[in-house]
Amino acid sequence: MLQIKELHASVDEKDILNGINLDVKPGEIHAIMGPNGSGKSTLAAVIAGKEEFEITKGDVLLNGEDITELDPEERAHRGVFMSFQYPVEIPGVTVTNFIKTAINESRKAQGLEDMPASEMLKKIKEKADLLNIDRKFLSRSLNEGFSGGEKKRNEIFQMAMMEPKLAILDETDSGLDIDALKIVANGVNKLRSKDNAVIVITHYQRLLDYIVPDYVHVLLDGRIVKTGSKELAYELEEKGYDWIKEEVKA
Amino acid sequence: MNLKNKLLSSYIAYEDHLEADSPINDLKSKAIKIFEAEGFPSKKQEDWKYTSLNSLLKTDYSLSPRKDHALEFKDVKRYFLHDIDTYKVVFVDGVYSSFLSETTHDKIDVCLLSAALSKPKYQPVIETYFNKAAKDDSLTSLNTAFAREGAYIFIPKHIEVEKPIEIINFSTGNEAALMLQPRNLIIVGENAHVQIIERHQSLSENPVLTNSVTEIFAEKRAYLDYYKIQNDNETASLIDTTYVDQQEQSNCRVHTFSFGGNMTRNNLNYYQRGERCDSTLKGITILEGKQHVDHNTLVNHIEPNCESHQDYKGIFGDSSTGVFNGKVVVEKEAQKTDAFQQNNNILIDDKATINAKPQLEIFADDVKCSHGCTIGQLDEEALFYLRSRGIGQKEARALLMYAFANNVLESVKIPELKRRINKLIATKIGVNMGFDL
Repeated sequence: MLQIKELHASVDEKDILNGINLDVKPGEIHAIMGPNGSGKSTLAAVIAGKEEFEITKGDVLLNGEDITELDPEERAHRGVFMSFQYPVEIPGVTVTNFIKTAINESRKAQGLEDMPASEMLKKIKEKADLLNIDRKFLSRSLNEGFSGGEKKRNEIFQMAMMEPKLAILDETDSGLDIDALKIVANGVNKLRSKDNAVIVITHYQRLLDYIVPDYVHVLLDGRIVKTGSKELAYELEEKGYDWIKEEVKA
Repeated sequence: MNLKNKLLSSYIAYEDHLEADSPINDLKSKAIKIFEAEGFPSKKQEDWKYTSLNSLLKTDYSLSPRKDHALEFKDVKRYFLHDIDTYKVVFVDGVYSSFLSETTHDKIDVCLLSAALSKPKYQPVIETYFNKAAKDDSLTSLNTAFAREGAYIFIPKHIEVEKPIEIINFSTGNEAALMLQPRNLIIVGENAHVQIIERHQSLSENPVLTNSVTEIFAEKRAYLDYYKIQNDNETASLIDTTYVDQQEQSNCRVHTFSFGGNMTRNNLNYYQRGERCDSTLKGITILEGKQHVDHNTLVNHIEPNCESHQDYKGIFGDSSTGVFNGKVVVEKEAQKTDAFQQNNNILIDDKATINAKPQLEIFADDVKCSHGCTIGQLDEEALFYLRSRGIGQKEARALLMYAFANNVLESVKIPELKRRINKLIATKIGVNMGFDL
């Protein structure tokens, strides 16, 4: 589904990604871990198409198609979704209106008619229930005055509505208490299928107890330096990253 | 002949037609002398530093249009709030149109200033109010000197007017260029409520320069909602001076929506003459091309325990220019004043300009005054967020602009008007949102 080959990216001429290789197949969950500043969020933003980052080398293929030249909205139309670490507040636009716009814009791009209002409402209700989201929440302005947990839950709600092929969760666990974490993880698990894939970016192993990865990658200085099973996450939790740094040097 | 001289000589002819014993003749002759001495304001004056009238004054305006102005309602229907019932005071090329208007004398007066100025029964009201709130700056004086026609609205005490009142000034293009000077007088009696919508609309490409003056008097506990819709075409310029004179516990709210026109200058002046007044001044300005809008506001806190709320949002595209010059004066007696001023601007293009100048002059020592002013671009992070959800760049920008202006719209009390303005904003921004605004 997603193939990243020898990807280099920079911002303001500063190299952040230095040759990433990653192969994500349908149905898989990949976790990307690493210390602060290792390039985790940059990798997520580059896949989603943030223009601030310049791809200096390498390819990002989505189902065989190079998406590096595509706009963020075009990537979204092809099924890429990123849950933001810091979702943006949009006053005056309700959660419901926002998601309606997002879905219908994507449908329009695929040559489909707007989703009928009744179908939209049904879907909103179903996905809100899945994530224990109160109806009142849906008529609030997007992210405005939301708590950290509400923002993250709203991100996963949007993901549930948009049903992406590839979901990238950028530190979705930060700012969540354990109950909220379980709700979010449960939501993500229910959305899994053999046709879609998830990349979980996190500092901590905690989230991976609930969203169990098939692979764990360690990102260091813009490179994936180690790949293992979910056991690697426990090892990192216990021992930190220094031993990997030593290993890389050696 | 330059415009000033043309106006002065036209006044001599006009003076001959004034009724000899009219109580306002003295006012008029004083006013024309002030204009003669001061002339049009220039950029040398602090208040006019960023707005030049020079190019507008070069046009040879007709001052007394031909009275040949049959307009069909169907051709101008869209400028009215036609889906709801309203009172209407309509002028075509400065002349009252009885055909398009819907006035009343049933409990309230919604009619013509010319009638109020000439009929004896209105004389006490005219003597009490006319030109009493207006200042003697040169443009107001010019208007006073020629004041002849406009809306006259008198709401006696305790009356809640159910229908909004629309004041619309059309110009047809019958003249190659036209100067208009409407004068409105609005009195909202004690505990009376009224909603008013004012609009200036040119129907042709021929230049129009309007020098409008509106005096509003809000008596004790009066409640006024006033909406100015400035969406005129590119050859129409407007100088709109409004004086709001408030008595105790009155609440006056003026919303100004500036989306069109060539040059628009708004002078909005509030005077709080009683305790516990509440004043609201809000505006949304969305400009493109070479449009210019100048908001010059004054809130004069004279008495204690009053509030004022100002919130102006501006979105400037192409090489348009905006000015926000907001002055709050808190006089020595005006203790416990709560004054708030907010002005936020977004510059869409590199050549767009905003000159923002908040001014606070506080002479009392126990007050709460705050002001905030921002000038920025659309937030790139927010744009990326929307685009990553599949919303195209153009729509994403529009959504952000809409969100930016939105809180000003929330206080519009007439649903039909709110819908209309929402549509104007969507049209102006150039997209159709995926949901009903």
